[in-house]
Amino acid sequence: MSLVEAADLDVRFAAGRVHAVRGASVRLEAGRCLALVGESGSGKSALARSLLGLAGPTATVTAAELRVAGEDAREFGPRDWRRVRGRHVGLVSQDALVALDPLRPIGAEITESLLAHRTVPRSRARERVVGLLTRVGVPDPEERARQYVHQLSGGLRQRALIASAIAAEPGILIADEPTTALDAAVQARVLALLAELKEQGTGLLLISHDLAVVEALADEVAVMRHGVIVETGPTDRVLEEPRHAYTKELLAAVPGSRPRTGRGRPPEGEPLLDVTGVVKRFAGRTAVAGVDFTLRPGETLGLVGESGSGKTTLARVVLGMARPDEGTVLLDGEPWSGVPERARRARRHTIQLVPQDPLSAVDPRWPVARVVGEALAATGVPRAERADRTAVLLERVGLTADLLGRRPAALSGGQRQRVAIARALATKPRLLVCDEPVSALDVSVQAQVLDLLRRLQEELGLATLFISHDLAVVREVCDRVMVMKDGVVVESGPVEEVFAGPAHPYTRSLLDAVPRRVRAALEPPNNALPASLS
Amino acid sequence: MRGALARLVSAALVVWAAATCAFLVLQLIPGDPVYAVVGSDALVSEEQHERIRAEYGLDQPLVVQYLNYVARLATFRFGDSYQLQQPVATVLADQLWPTVQLALAATALAPLLAVLVAVATSGRRNWPRRVAAAVELVVVSTPSFWLGIMLLTIFSFRLGWLPVSETGGVASLVLPTITLALPIAAVLTQVMREGLLAALDQPFAVTARARGVPETAVRYRHALRHSALPALTMAGWFTGTLLGGAVIVENVFARPGIGRVTLQAVGDRDLPVVQGVVALSAVVFVAVSVLVDVLYAVVDPRLRRKTGVQAI
Repeated sequence: MSLVEAADLDVRFAAGRVHAVRGASVRLEAGRCLALVGESGSGKSALARSLLGLAGPTATVTAAELRVAGEDAREFGPRDWRRVRGRHVGLVSQDALVALDPLRPIGAEITESLLAHRTVPRSRARERVVGLLTRVGVPDPEERARQYVHQLSGGLRQRALIASAIAAEPGILIADEPTTALDAAVQARVLALLAELKEQGTGLLLISHDLAVVEALADEVAVMRHGVIVETGPTDRVLEEPRHAYTKELLAAVPGSRPRTGRGRPPEGEPLLDVTGVVKRFAGRTAVAGVDFTLRPGETLGLVGESGSGKTTLARVVLGMARPDEGTVLLDGEPWSGVPERARRARRHTIQLVPQDPLSAVDPRWPVARVVGEALAATGVPRAERADRTAVLLERVGLTADLLGRRPAALSGGQRQRVAIARALATKPRLLVCDEPVSALDVSVQAQVLDLLRRLQEELGLATLFISHDLAVVREVCDRVMVMKDGVVVESGPVEEVFAGPAHPYTRSLLDAVPRRVRAALEPPNNALPASLS
Repeated sequence: MRGALARLVSAALVVWAAATCAFLVLQLIPGDPVYAVVGSDALVSEEQHERIRAEYGLDQPLVVQYLNYVARLATFRFGDSYQLQQPVATVLADQLWPTVQLALAATALAPLLAVLVAVATSGRRNWPRRVAAAVELVVVSTPSFWLGIMLLTIFSFRLGWLPVSETGGVASLVLPTITLALPIAAVLTQVMREGLLAALDQPFAVTARARGVPETAVRYRHALRHSALPALTMAGWFTGTLLGGAVIVENVFARPGIGRVTLQAVGDRDLPVVQGVVALSAVVFVAVSVLVDVLYAVVDPRLRRKTGVQAI
């Protein structure tokens, strides 16, 4: 028997002007996992939230059938929904840092779930909290229960969030992007925990834009686009033999399923960037512990590693934003680190940054013309020429001039990242530092932005330092790769060699954490497109 | 330990700066302070005049007067009031308690009102918020002396429920407290409501609702604490309004207290008293800012490590 069943469900926002979900039908059963796949704005979350009665105050939900825990939820009032939430249907959202109350200890958050349905008397709540934390694999549960979210690592946080969601033993768990923003290895462990809950009989509704996650967990997949479920079926069938054109498009855009463009051999010529023995310490902690590498014009160097491995600090040293405690950085043969800012300023335009989240990296009040114009002004382009130059730059990154007056909030994620790239190009750089440039984007947009970066690189002969935690993306665009752990480069070399035969156990563990299908695409060096996906 | 020392030094600097400002400003007021001592209509001979100047040190150069003043301040001697012929410390100590009573009562009432109204009007429905916002605007824009007179007219003269002026009992504290607390509560309500609404939009509020927690509990248990952070940043303004409000309220309700003494002292150019009040206010401000820093850490665990407070 299905625990949650919806037929012909519609969700409308803003008095019907926005039709977020159109005629969707889903069934959730004990011990089974249904995945909702689609890009941002496709209506996945609105559909999932409507099963909890939490689509929001401005939402109108209508359905031919909506049954939750055997009752007709179309008739539910606020009190009925409260009875169901947490007890029959639980929710695990993305990013526990904000999904758990930062001002309360995690023990209090879990206790709240327990007491909301009086499943446990208050006197025994503490004991149950410890039991739940143990069940989700949190070590030292007694001590952890007294800690706050910001004191826990990403993986522990997400486990605590899962513990609070399963506290009242709901039959169905809605997991909305449960592993987004987690490192690969941590992601794998959280997925294993969810799989274990499924084994024990919890039904899962998994929402994800990441097909690798879906493949690891889901029994069935429903693909959503513009609020409509366009294809549904068993996971293997949908991923192996997609029927709908949109599903095929999604699959083709998955990094790792696309042909590699990185070259094996570094280009000839003098290095543009020469990093030797760089060490950077912060208050007793060594973030970067002796790193050497060179980067030649036209070359793309991937930098992979988990959060805290020192990638970003190294990037800041390269950008000249942090002064290394030891070692030197040469830019085009001249000293770049350890020289006064006065000696660097005239050369700063040579290195530009493409940020992870362009929304927070541009002034939200500035229109596109001003964002790009400022960068042009910094390199001394006279005011009269800036408008024309901005238009040329936008065209170069595939945007039209009618976006010039728009503010960042009125742009899509892909458009924003293109603006950030246009801004970086405005100073005619020779080296781009891309810090997770596509990790905040949907897969199809990701593919477009990667294509753009690659094209620009060929046209302009740019050297690129490409920082990413996504091995598939790195494999697709990079010539060489460096693997960082605890501030040290543990392995480096041409991408194919490193990925096909990782020498260091850490590299191996990173590769192991990549779900199966993507890994299959990573391993055979020249078999980029598996037959089933082509 | 080092943090505490740094705090103490900065507190001393604040009090010194405030005292210096007060000294300079009071020098700018035209007129002869001797007349403040003897009364403006009194006829004094040249000889008496000189004697009084010498007695109060007014015959010395300004720099010496200033240094003497700072030296006295540093040893907690504020000198004698020109008018009341008693030490400033005694004057202030006598008048301190009624004002403290009033301030504490208002400090309890204003946040209580603000919390109740903010929580009650942060729900889904829009109209309670609109009504509350209109009332808050009216209260904030009403001068407090007028508010006090209106309350007196209605509750004391018309209805006869509460005494018109100070009787020593709790009843005589009710109207002054309301007069002082209402404008503060109105502003605090606006700040807290904004904070509540922002917190209720956060993902953790969705998580709490998804646990089956009632909406009111989401507001009280989660959002309220988040809204306390922006409200705490208003502490400086809050203290200032309390002190300034006390001047008006004590005069309208004919209560004894620091506010009344201050107004009188300013009017009579009773410099030692004014300087004493300024020093006292500066100390209060410093104490409040220390308290607020501790409260920040109590409310927000993320700030605990930085401030070194190990509370709760």
